[in-house]
Amino acid sequence: MTELLSFIDAVRPGLGAFLLLVGSLLAIIGTVGVLRFPDFYTRLHAASVTDTAAVTLAVIGMGLLAPSWVVMAKLVAIWLFIFLTGPTASHAIANAAHTAGLEPLIGRQGRGEDEGDAS
Amino acid sequence: MGYFVFLLGSLAAIWFGLSGMTKPLILAFGAVSVILSAILAYRFDILDRESSPYARLPQLAAYWAWLVVEIFKANWIVIKACLRSNLDINPALVKVKTVCESDLAKTVFANSITLTPGTVSVAVEGDKILVHALYEEEAGPGAFDEMDRRSRLASDGRSKA
Amino acid sequence: MIGAAALAFVVAIGLMLIRALKGPTLYDRVLAVNSIGTKIVLLLGVIGFLTGRPDFLDISVLYALINFVATIAILKFFRYRSFQVSLTRRPSGGPK
Repeated sequence: MTELLSFIDAVRPGLGAFLLLVGSLLAIIGTVGVLRFPDFYTRLHAASVTDTAAVTLAVIGMGLLAPSWVVMAKLVAIWLFIFLTGPTASHAIANAAHTAGLEPLIGRQGRGEDEGDAS
Repeated sequence: MGYFVFLLGSLAAIWFGLSGMTKPLILAFGAVSVILSAILAYRFDILDRESSPYARLPQLAAYWAWLVVEIFKANWIVIKACLRSNLDINPALVKVKTVCESDLAKTVFANSITLTPGTVSVAVEGDKILVHALYEEEAGPGAFDEMDRRSRLASDGRSKA
Repeated sequence: MIGAAALAFVVAIGLMLIRALKGPTLYDRVLAVNSIGTKIVLLLGVIGFLTGRPDFLDISVLYALINFVATIAILKFFRYRSFQVSLTRRPSGGPK
């Protein structure tokens, strides 16, 4: 048991930094999606990758690096805040765009030729 | 009364988690601010089962754990769509009928849809939710049934579908 | 490695800034600003760990809250053109 604990302590900083790096790379991937996707509603989906996976991985990484339980509690608070407010903000943006009459693109996009635009 | 006590408890937990100090003076400040916030919440008339759902906390926590797994599965699809060299998406607007009745259950369900990458709830009208999906295949009929059933079970506690 | 993560967040914020400046509609800009806010929350935490002062997380918590309130306030203003409208207990739709 003590060996396991010491092993965890030894591996903690490396694993934490690795998860942090993966989280930040996911943030870049989400941003690339936001830059590439063709219309507003599809960009919303790309942004939600940052809001969920990147945040979770980065917070877990920082938690592994955390020196004390107070830091851990603050990280949990940040995670909960972002997970509770993120979807509300996304829904508010989507609903405002829908109410203002912004039409979404419907049907298959890309793949060379553009076929059958239902909107 | 239970709502009030639960709100006090969770506010105190948040305060202590954010400060982490045990000096008597600081603790007294914390107690005063917690009680003031609880009284404000009472005066705003927002003390009900939506703002402090203490009776359903274990079920909501279990639902939350299930949802995080689902979110990671759905993330993978959107990440692949972001990185594909030539764009290949099939966005669609879908109307989803929900079995949730109370406002809390509907909120939980709509927020779960938004939180899952690839689907965003755009508008809620009565018991129908307008969902925008990145792939039409992901939002076909029946795609949200399990999430619907689970969020109803978690926030209302009745299992009949 | 933590420095690399901080750098990656800075790159992501810079890329998202392009969308905020270019975005054809108002909602693209609001989305970009909201997303930048989320990344800044994480970046602040990472900077805290980088400099060995995790107290930066307090600022992160505040930023997360302010980010949400700012998004909702912007959307509310551009829907009703006023801050003095009650958002609750109102039949669906807006001014139109």
